[in-house]
Amino acid sequence: MAVSTSPPADLSAALVLEPVAAADWLVILPVAWCLAIGALLVMLRRPIGLHPFIAVAGLAGLVAIDGLLLQHVIANGPVTMVMGRWLPPFGIAFTVDLTGALFALTAAVVALAGGVYSMADVNDSGRRYGFYPFLMLLMAGVSGAFLTGDIFNLYVWFEVLLISSFGLIVLGSEREQIDGAVKYGFLNLVATTLFLVTTGYLYASFGTLNMADIAQKAEGLRGTAPLMTLTALFLLAFGMKAAAFPVNVWLPASYHTPRVVVSALFAGLLTKVGIYALIRVTVMLLPVEREELSLVIAAVGALTMLVGVFGALAQSDFRRMLGYLVISGIGSILAGIAVGGPGGIGGAIFYALHSMLVMTALYFASGVAAQLGGSFSLSSLAGLYRRHAGFAAISLMLAFAVSGLPPFSGFWPKVMLVKAALDIGAWWLAAALLVTGFLTTIATGRFFLLAYWRDKADDGLAGTVKARIPAAILLPLVALTLLTLTIGLYPEPLLATIQDAAAGLSEPSAYLNSVFPGGVR
Amino acid sequence: MKSLIFRAVAPFLTSLMVLFSIFVLLRGHNEPGGGFIGGLIAVSALAIYGIACGVETVRRAIYFHPMAIAGAGLFAATIAGLISMAARVPFMTGLWIYPSLLGVEVPLSTVTLFDCGVYLVVVGAISSIALSLEERGGE
Amino acid sequence: MEAWFALLVGIFFTVAIYLLLSKSIIRVLLGVAILGNGVNLLIFTGGRLTRGVPPVIPEGADALAGPAANALPQALILTAIVISFSFFAFLLVLAWRAYEELSTDNTDEMRVAEPQDEPAPPLGY
Repeated sequence: MAVSTSPPADLSAALVLEPVAAADWLVILPVAWCLAIGALLVMLRRPIGLHPFIAVAGLAGLVAIDGLLLQHVIANGPVTMVMGRWLPPFGIAFTVDLTGALFALTAAVVALAGGVYSMADVNDSGRRYGFYPFLMLLMAGVSGAFLTGDIFNLYVWFEVLLISSFGLIVLGSEREQIDGAVKYGFLNLVATTLFLVTTGYLYASFGTLNMADIAQKAEGLRGTAPLMTLTALFLLAFGMKAAAFPVNVWLPASYHTPRVVVSALFAGLLTKVGIYALIRVTVMLLPVEREELSLVIAAVGALTMLVGVFGALAQSDFRRMLGYLVISGIGSILAGIAVGGPGGIGGAIFYALHSMLVMTALYFASGVAAQLGGSFSLSSLAGLYRRHAGFAAISLMLAFAVSGLPPFSGFWPKVMLVKAALDIGAWWLAAALLVTGFLTTIATGRFFLLAYWRDKADDGLAGTVKARIPAAILLPLVALTLLTLTIGLYPEPLLATIQDAAAGLSEPSAYLNSVFPGGVR
Repeated sequence: MKSLIFRAVAPFLTSLMVLFSIFVLLRGHNEPGGGFIGGLIAVSALAIYGIACGVETVRRAIYFHPMAIAGAGLFAATIAGLISMAARVPFMTGLWIYPSLLGVEVPLSTVTLFDCGVYLVVVGAISSIALSLEERGGE
Repeated sequence: MEAWFALLVGIFFTVAIYLLLSKSIIRVLLGVAILGNGVNLLIFTGGRLTRGVPPVIPEGADALAGPAANALPQALILTAIVISFSFFAFLLVLAWRAYEELSTDNTDEMRVAEPQDEPAPPLGY
């Protein structure tokens, strides 16, 4: 190495020189952990039978890491780590606040449930094709998107999770899947390209990509830079990722085609990443523009809710109905973003977390229903209550949860959102939320009536043989259902955390301090 | 491919190109080059060998499955980032050691390890695509 | 200089959107590829254009001597190119498989996942 001849420069202006506390590593560990396990699984090609065990152990480890991270953030406020010790805004920063940690933990729980479920759902050919490596890389992308503090890095994680989701959606290569994957693939690629366009404009106006830096520079640029255009473009790009009306058509066209566990993970994770990014950008980075666009966001939210739930009412296929319910949930979250304030943002975050758990569990339930009843379609699906009464009870609980009925997790965010909407006088938005809840109850109730209570006409066995469900399928289903019930019965600790998270987004001084400890530059 | 000249030259050409790709990989630390471009050169070497002597020969020659090579590269790159945990510096900070091999000082760093990981990922992923395309084209 | 590039980016986007609106899957794919290139050009222009001064610190100095080309957009574009290239490859294979399996490249006729003539659901309980 060449010895520098000039006097040594002041390194403290460019580099992090103090040693990093071990706990701060939790910021980067979820991503590195998933990448390492995923790489290990790619390497282990022969012992294909080991894959599920390694992956489930890895996902359990991820849940533990994310849990510790959440605890760390609750105790110490937002945490930042920069890559390669370059100081922000020059180094790529990973910054975790309460919102990011909450989303990451919920995503890890959902993925763990999916990993356990897949032990019974993914056969040897699926394993050989690489289900588990794709799953781990998907989780690396999802965790990275929740934890990063840099807009371009967010784009990169979007792409990582998108390419893994491509791998998962074509797993098996049925005709239906290829059809669904074409629509999913093209429209999502256009959405991420739009995100990249917006990132380009953002960089051209701000000269920085670090989120904290953008948040503090936005005030000074408000008069000169086209911030409204940026916000509108972000809304379109992330709305497309989140399947908001009118750019939602890719979701019902594709989510019912892959394996059940893949649909469940997509419903729990992918649209929520879009929603998270939208919350992060509109609430924290560009709050004034969000305020100005709130009417548009509210209208989009209300229409998304109603379109979703009307679509769900019209479907006669279990999984396609669930696809529309995912969309309807996105509408409720958008309504929260539009209303703003602690109630609106808190409600949006709470609803997103609830939706991640419940939609995944509902997709699991659709898989079990198809196993017991032999079909996803209402025209032949019947008699499930007789086949397995316990499963019917779980399904009913999940149906209540998704409709927002007490005492399940869907109730509290709905209350928060309706209250926040009424507080600012947006009675029509509150009405849309309530009507959507009512129609969701009807849609799921109709399903329960026909698929569970109706007797199967041509099946003499139905009354006598009790069906058995494999433990690997029952366990995640029951666990997620119990989780929604627990959150519904005892919401205080989660609610308090979510309110802190929402406050931290609207007033990001702690976030900025964590990235720039020396104060405003 | 039927050409005798091509088949006779291909092994030498391939070994030369693989050697060159490693040279480019190591040179990349301070000058133009690096893991990505080095990996691409290595893949083209394997592709030439495949065109000349058949895909099966290449698969036997590289011994490991291409995707396993890519996985090893990803693993190496991740480990390169995580080593800095032991040194109490942020993720992916470059760390150097200077061991002396046969009287020559050899600078080794996590950055080089990361670059080698990139090299393996590119070699594995792209040769996997190239080999399967050649397999189909040959029929 | 930037104005001309902005115009060029506009032309790229126009062509891309025109192709994206087509029904043929291959034309849509070409549209996506052109859109990706348009975005790269946009980021490049967004980083401001400087003529031919590479951002390399001369030997023995600690800082750049004068204004030089912005290196960050180039890094961003390199990342975006690699990503969009891999997506292009994936979608090309996917489109080919779709053409083989569904024997059509018209998006209107791709209705396997959402069939039009499904049996009606039961009306009563």
